[in-house]
Amino acid sequence: MWDRNQMAERAAQELQDGWCVNLGIGIPTLVSNYIPEGIEVTLQSENGMLGMGPFPISGEEDADLINAGKQTITELPQTAYFDSAESFGMIRGGKIAMAILGAMEVTENGDLANWMIPGKLVKGMGGAMDLVAGVGRVVVVMDHTNKHGVSKLLKECTLPLTGKSVVDRIITNLGVLDVVEGGLKIVEIADGVSEGELRAATEATIVK
Amino acid sequence: MKKVYGSAAEALEGVLFDGMFIASGGFGLCGIPELLLEAIKVAGTKELTFASNNAGVDDFGIGILLQTKQVKKMISSYVGENAEFMRQYLSGELELEFNPQGTLAERMRAGGCGIPGFYTKTGVGTVIADGKDHKDFNGETYIMEEGIVADLAIVKAWKADATGNLVFRKTARNFNPPAAMCGKICIVEVEEIVETGSLDPDAIHLPGIYVHRIFQGDHEKRIEQRTVREA
Repeated sequence: MWDRNQMAERAAQELQDGWCVNLGIGIPTLVSNYIPEGIEVTLQSENGMLGMGPFPISGEEDADLINAGKQTITELPQTAYFDSAESFGMIRGGKIAMAILGAMEVTENGDLANWMIPGKLVKGMGGAMDLVAGVGRVVVVMDHTNKHGVSKLLKECTLPLTGKSVVDRIITNLGVLDVVEGGLKIVEIADGVSEGELRAATEATIVK
Repeated sequence: MKKVYGSAAEALEGVLFDGMFIASGGFGLCGIPELLLEAIKVAGTKELTFASNNAGVDDFGIGILLQTKQVKKMISSYVGENAEFMRQYLSGELELEFNPQGTLAERMRAGGCGIPGFYTKTGVGTVIADGKDHKDFNGETYIMEEGIVADLAIVKAWKADATGNLVFRKTARNFNPPAAMCGKICIVEVEEIVETGSLDPDAIHLPGIYVHRIFQGDHEKRIEQRTVREA
């Protein structure tokens, strides 16, 4: 079974040289620690920046320079800044090759729910709906089951959707699955996990 | 036409009225018009509707107007950092309209550009699409979203010249240009008003045509999530 860092490391294998990508909050943020040798990617932050650098060292924080999680960050030699309308222009316009983001539920046809639990505090969708509708490829990184052991890979979402038929690939602590015609296809199984265990933890239809 | 005013209160003179619709720049606490929000609190204007990506925190940004119950409705994409906001929303005192972040930014830009509506893929198949016009283009389904025109835009920039040409700094630009564009009146607070002619005409982020009043002030520029790495 993979831990958070191993899931991030596996997700980093999805990156291709020259791509502009958007990383969500949580495990997806860790992906930037594992960018493979020889691959150059540009990180987009939807609050208006291409070419996001690492966190600053203490004393060099700048209130005018934050990421979409509102954390202080730094710029790089190739950094460009722009306003929110232009930022989502490049997202909606398909210029961002891939988004890696977390999820509460994903279905066998690629539906994604990650913004709202009815009856609980609703914080808002932020840029998630725009990202999943606009970017070239959507990769979800999440635990395979919730804390009660219930599958998060479902036939149908129980939560309000962030996007319909938007997910391309799911990376969990148990393995990697692709959304294909008719259901999910197992691409890879995590170390120490059997195919039977992965199937048992998956409610969604698994196809060959 | 004179655009330079002495303070936020002077710049807001004759502009505010109860029930008005205000578009605000800022993302989180970054690039928010903190001095204008404070001045609106002092003015006591009520029943305000805000189009703003976020609602500030309890004691900074739009949060200070929630504490004084001056806000009737928020149009936002994310409001997670504000306990008083949640209390008022859950008790029914405050209306909330969630917009996807890019849809909100484009609604402001479009409204300011004379575009009353536009089609987007964002939100198709979700609750955001309920009741909205759907239309297919090249085999894909889109929903119609309407442009926003606000009574007032409040904006924070880094530098301005006396004609209102603006330069923003780093990610503090965010929603400020689209908010500025959609206001019938746009008031801008800046860190520095510089001599006209000293800004590079090729490096103006927002031309002064969108800007009606400006003033210079001292900004706290609070950091919401101070995050550092080991040196």
